[in-house]
Amino acid sequence: MNNSVLPTQSDTSVDRSIPRLQLRKINKSFGGVQALKNVDFEVYAGEVVGLVGDNGAGKSTLVKTMSGAYVPDSGEILIDGSPVTISSPQDATRLGIETVYQDLALCDNLDVVANLWLGREAYRWVIPGVLKALDETEMERRTIEVLRTLDVKIPSVRRPVAALSGGQRQCIAVAKTILRQPKVVLLDEPTAALGVAQTRQVLNLIMRLKQQGLAVVVISHNLHDVFEVCDRTIVMRLGQRSATFDIKNSTSEQVVAAITGAEYRDAPVSSSEMI
Amino acid sequence: MKTNTREDDRSAVNAEMSDPKSNPTRSSFNLRSLMRGDLGFIPVIVTLALITLYFQLTTGGVFLQARNLTNLTQQIVVISILSTAAVLVLLLGEIDLSLAAVAQACAAVMATVSVYQNWGAVPSILAALVVGALIGLVNGFFIAILRVPSFIVTLAGSIGYAGFLLLVLGRQTTLIVRDPAIRALAPTYLSPIIGWGLPIVVAALYAIGVWYERQRRVKAGLPVKRSTTLIAQIAGIFAGIFLIVFLFQTYQGVPQAVMISLGIVLAFWLILRKTPFGRHLYAVGGNEEAARRAGINVIAMKMAVFTLASTLAAVAGIMLTSRSTAVATQISATLLLNAIAAAVIGGVSLFGGRGSVWAVILGALVIGSLDNGLDLLNQDQSIKNIVQGAVLVLAVTADALVRRANPVRGK
Repeated sequence: MNNSVLPTQSDTSVDRSIPRLQLRKINKSFGGVQALKNVDFEVYAGEVVGLVGDNGAGKSTLVKTMSGAYVPDSGEILIDGSPVTISSPQDATRLGIETVYQDLALCDNLDVVANLWLGREAYRWVIPGVLKALDETEMERRTIEVLRTLDVKIPSVRRPVAALSGGQRQCIAVAKTILRQPKVVLLDEPTAALGVAQTRQVLNLIMRLKQQGLAVVVISHNLHDVFEVCDRTIVMRLGQRSATFDIKNSTSEQVVAAITGAEYRDAPVSSSEMI
Repeated sequence: MKTNTREDDRSAVNAEMSDPKSNPTRSSFNLRSLMRGDLGFIPVIVTLALITLYFQLTTGGVFLQARNLTNLTQQIVVISILSTAAVLVLLLGEIDLSLAAVAQACAAVMATVSVYQNWGAVPSILAALVVGALIGLVNGFFIAILRVPSFIVTLAGSIGYAGFLLLVLGRQTTLIVRDPAIRALAPTYLSPIIGWGLPIVVAALYAIGVWYERQRRVKAGLPVKRSTTLIAQIAGIFAGIFLIVFLFQTYQGVPQAVMISLGIVLAFWLILRKTPFGRHLYAVGGNEEAARRAGINVIAMKMAVFTLASTLAAVAGIMLTSRSTAVATQISATLLLNAIAAAVIGGVSLFGGRGSVWAVILGALVIGSLDNGLDLLNQDQSIKNIVQGAVLVLAVTADALVRRANPVRGK
């Protein structure tokens, strides 16, 4: 395992030439229902993309396609411009796509260090080839390092996760994926059911991920959050990508209109048309 | 990289690193971490102290005599080993109701091959262990792969294995074991050299390990306990060992069976706390889905735990047979419940993921002390049952109350 905690991208500005992760003409049906119709999607390194839409608009299906939970009926997936096949969550992980689901998947009874390293514990051989012991010192040191890099504040890394607040738990779940040095992080409703201060904490963390040069996709119902951290917003409606907004040049009214399908004037420049 | 100092810049990760005296939250943190760790055992230790005090007073000082304590610890050997098996399964969030039946059935296998096939002690014991492991694999197959609730599988199993016991023993109701080596397992006392030497060597190794780990933490810049605290802790462990071994030596020495059961508990404590396997076991018990997503093979973990539990049950059966020198077709009705009760009294959660294997020692001591003390007072079985039931409920209630008052420990 390599010693640096995070992938070191020297250039943290958004590289617009090749998307880190790109989906082209994705179709997915469940029985007679077509959940995704010719959907294009792209996210660049160092960029935060908000994925918004009403319930049943296809957000979750699209994200599950990226995370390997669903296999699309047709369409192409490219990472850094080269086509890849994602047929299982393991494939996605191997390709550097990490997903943080709403249920977070933390073990409440274990402490922060144990949760962060679960399944990939650092160990030392006590009897070479026979008996290995956990290397708690190394894991604790690197946990503190990661949490400091991500500016996550928790009372103690030796505290069970059950004792942490919702925002802290969310941050731990994100930090856990960061240890695997991913290229793309997918966050499913990261601020749902969080208080004001805790939401703040998570949004800060998302900005940190962006600064680290990761491509971040945030599914959210909360437009306020989307406007706070996202560079672009992609709106899904009835299984199609209905609009794309550059956050700097758009208002939440426009986004709401696109979500609900209401008419709106001054249609913004859709960046999907620029590709 | 720029550090975000916009708001609340008291990064707790930093605070933890800073000088303890400069941080006002330090003392409360220490208290809470104590409650989580060592003080989690306080209710059961208090219970044990009260029981000891009561019997010491009512039996006129007989209870704490070296002779009686030697008896008491030998009486709880089987419960301790069986309870260790129960802890493994409970930590997984499952239950094994077949442990007592498995113990007896495996003991019957050992006795049969020893008596009728004239196998030596070692092959006979190995046969029992192999049968135990196979039974565990069967349990694990139904529970982990076919996903039948462990309660049902092991309940059905306990009936089936009791039948297997009858089958193995044939028409006899008891089979007396003649093999001197098997008979000597439980009642032997260790020579003073081993009785003193083994615990001291183990404690010394532990002390070296703790000290080495501390040096590594210092090197890595992590917070460490004060060296005086650490020395006091290690001194406490040594003092405890000296006291206990001294007590045993004033009678006949350290019983071999007690050393074996302590060794088993110590080994499983190390496995659970210090190895990836143990960490994964706690993880599966805490959140199976999270463990699966972290890449842990949950099915293999469950198979392994049920196999280990049944093998340990076989060990308990062997010790039971050695102590009574015979295997009976009758399975003790209280053995299984006492084993699970010992784990629960010691604070192991029935819902998985919480508790330490040391719970076994404390829980078994509580149950054993009641049994032993009430015997000394010539109480009837009826009274013994009522008192044991009451103490079990009290211990579990106290544990539940402590847990509720201390949300840090979670569910």
